[in-house]
Amino acid sequence: MAQPLTNEIARYLAARVRWHPLEIAFWLAALASIFLLTNKHLILTEIAVLALFALSLDLILGYSGIISLGHAAYFGFGGYVAGLLAKHGIVTEPVLALIVSGLAAAVLGFVTSFLVLRGSDLTRLMVTLGVSLVLREIANQLDWLTGGADGLQGVVLAPVLGLFPFDIAGHVAYVYSLIVLFVMFLLARRIVNSPFGLSLRSLKGNPLRASAIGIPVNGRLVAIYTVAAAYAGVAGALLTQTTQFVSLDVFSFERSADVMLALVIGGTGYLYGGLIGSILFKLMQDYIANLTPQYWQFWIGLVLVLLVLVGRDRMTNWTTPIRGLFARIGPRGDHLAEGAQAPAADRP
Amino acid sequence: MLTILFDGVAYGMLLFVLACGLAVTLGLMNFVNLAHGSFAMAGGYVTLILVNRQGVPFFAALPMAFLVSAALGALFERTLYVHVYRKPHLDQVLFTIGLVFMSVAAVDYVMGSQQQYIQLPAMLQGPVNLFGINARKYALLIIVICGLLTVALQLTLSHTRFGSRLRAAVDDPRVASGLGIHVNGVFAVTFAVGSGLAGLGGALGAEILGLDPTFPLKFMIYFLIVVTVGGTSSITGPFFASLLLGIGDVAGKYYVPKFGAFIIYTIMIVVLIWRPQGLFARATAR
Amino acid sequence: MAPVLETVGLVKRFGGIAATNDVSLRIEKGARHALIGPNGAGKTTIINLLTGILRPTSGKILLDNEDITAIEPHQRVHRGIARTFQINQLFGELTPIETIGLAVSERMGTGRHWWRLVGRKPEVIDDVVALIEQFRLTDVMYHPTAILPYGKQRLLEIAVAIACRPRVLLLDEPAAGVPDAERHEILATVEALPKDVTVLLIEHDMDIVFSFADHISVLVNGALFTEGKPDEVARDPRVKAVYLGEAIDV
Repeated sequence: MAQPLTNEIARYLAARVRWHPLEIAFWLAALASIFLLTNKHLILTEIAVLALFALSLDLILGYSGIISLGHAAYFGFGGYVAGLLAKHGIVTEPVLALIVSGLAAAVLGFVTSFLVLRGSDLTRLMVTLGVSLVLREIANQLDWLTGGADGLQGVVLAPVLGLFPFDIAGHVAYVYSLIVLFVMFLLARRIVNSPFGLSLRSLKGNPLRASAIGIPVNGRLVAIYTVAAAYAGVAGALLTQTTQFVSLDVFSFERSADVMLALVIGGTGYLYGGLIGSILFKLMQDYIANLTPQYWQFWIGLVLVLLVLVGRDRMTNWTTPIRGLFARIGPRGDHLAEGAQAPAADRP
Repeated sequence: MLTILFDGVAYGMLLFVLACGLAVTLGLMNFVNLAHGSFAMAGGYVTLILVNRQGVPFFAALPMAFLVSAALGALFERTLYVHVYRKPHLDQVLFTIGLVFMSVAAVDYVMGSQQQYIQLPAMLQGPVNLFGINARKYALLIIVICGLLTVALQLTLSHTRFGSRLRAAVDDPRVASGLGIHVNGVFAVTFAVGSGLAGLGGALGAEILGLDPTFPLKFMIYFLIVVTVGGTSSITGPFFASLLLGIGDVAGKYYVPKFGAFIIYTIMIVVLIWRPQGLFARATAR
Repeated sequence: MAPVLETVGLVKRFGGIAATNDVSLRIEKGARHALIGPNGAGKTTIINLLTGILRPTSGKILLDNEDITAIEPHQRVHRGIARTFQINQLFGELTPIETIGLAVSERMGTGRHWWRLVGRKPEVIDDVVALIEQFRLTDVMYHPTAILPYGKQRLLEIAVAIACRPRVLLLDEPAAGVPDAERHEILATVEALPKDVTVLLIEHDMDIVFSFADHISVLVNGALFTEGKPDEVARDPRVKAVYLGEAIDV
């Protein structure tokens, strides 16, 4: 009696993590954009960088319930590390430099992770914001190293893998960024669909119950925070490498706020939210900036206000069919109700 | 050295007046209002316009700053904020960040992005010799005004009926409303007064902190630190936290200019490691 | 015989109030031990102390003679203590399969594996299946917990605790809030718990207590009032007085 049920459940779980046709379509479209949208590669690279950054925020916000106002700390740290590695010829090959920058950001994430374990939501907000501002101030003070407010000059990138030099039109940069995004996405997809990822979702929903079944809540939070910091650091490094420049604004509050908005537009907790949201955010930003280059921040602010007033849950309902298709098809074809959900950390 | 202390106390008290509204509304409604600095900025610019362009005397303009900011606070609270109270913290954060962005851009559009200076009356400029301490007259003014405000606040809290209703509501909103206290009404008034105080602080602080459209963003972290270090269950907590931060910041920037800016952040991190609920908060979990 | 779970002079103060006042409990291996007392007596506080959510002001907790007083809550689960909550504490968005699966994989030590996809370990699934069937959750196992009827959620609550394969199971009012129609299922499940699992049960319902327990401790105002076999406690006039007229039928 148990055996058929075991098989059925195993099939169900396997179906849940299988690649859905929409996912494949998404990445095929991304691949196609290399060839079909050749005159848009510059903005597409920006989207890819933001998407990776938003992905990193989703890991801690969407999956683990940590609200951070200063995720740019790790983005900026990775960015500066990559810039310095390139400028001083310490690590010239870009992919290797990317890995080193990610690891450096991971270390920073690990060291600061204990700050977000304790205290309330407000404390976390403040602490994460504080960390990003501290880093900004450090970068400002160490201007002999970082170039200070003028930014880091003289960042020259060697060819990727020694074979593909960065070109002015940004084609190599885009393909490079897209591949990095895809690889990191694959890894993130593995992580969130693993037992570890499931435990993250549980401790976001009910940390009390999670520890009551033996999950080391703090340990898991530290782990995912470190990973998310690494991802953010890689995104920042990617920005530096594709623009050959980095300056203090990588640590700015606006950056942390923008990535949060991008993620929230697309929806938290299903990985594609960061990607879709980044596309929408960049397109929106581009459109608004063309209309009012100096005051586009006003309209971004308005979008935020309206988004909250209209209700993120109504936005989520809009993305629910998409989200449902990506994540929730059971063996009997049940679309398990995303709509009927209990309160989680970021829902009322 | 005493001059530094004097300046630090002035800075701290200014921070207190700016941030106390945020502390009380956070403690009262568990609402994270990151746009608090925008009301401060409003007060600063109102005073600027009145004094520099309309020739209103400085001391007359200060109460106007309070009133305009309080009115703005009341308006926004009743029309916008009230829809966001029940929402989770993330939504409140996004909402108030949106308001900050809008206010920063709007002020930039109307007033320009350069830092502006309020024309102080001659009697407030220059140094004064106070019991042998070489102090600035303006710092003395801040200490006097903010000191009076603090005393007034404390007296209101402890000796008026509104004050006791407010304290009850901060302590336990459910029980308070069960006792017939109209918690939402208390909050509306408190929010307006808190915004008004922020506006007054912005007006007073323009000389010391600088006034430009990015004010709410620049000082967001300071208000948050005051509130987090000082706790939200009283106003004495934020008061001492502000003093600590004010003196620490001024002294730090004077004695170790390279690292002075880090003093505030270091205090924040140290306090949070030691006592995550704030230096002065009571043990009641929120 | 050494008790499997023991507290020695356990005290917990909140401010000036002693919610737990010098409690020394001995729970024998394999026992069906009930902890009863009027509302506010501090029964749930004891459970919170035993599981580590609260740290005692003083006193010790011993599991099979090992001092676990300083051990973190999640580690106590690995040592063999599991609990249910009086009000369901479950993961609203997760399905029973995922919920039980989490507990099982944590127990087996594979919970932290980030490189493996969920559902690839047959031994985990086998265990999950056994529990789903044992607790009659087969018909709802694919549904998010939040939409399950309360009785099923309660069964899941117990199932999750059993999934940890504890030596000692702490049940905090397992039938609380369950509609009458579904109560018997809960009770049957509690009855059917394996005999090698020691059970400490908090209950208000005296029918359940007297049909299930082989030993009763009575807690009043945070202190142990009396304890003994069910019929001894039932006959004790002081116990009846403490419950102020609440009829205790044997």
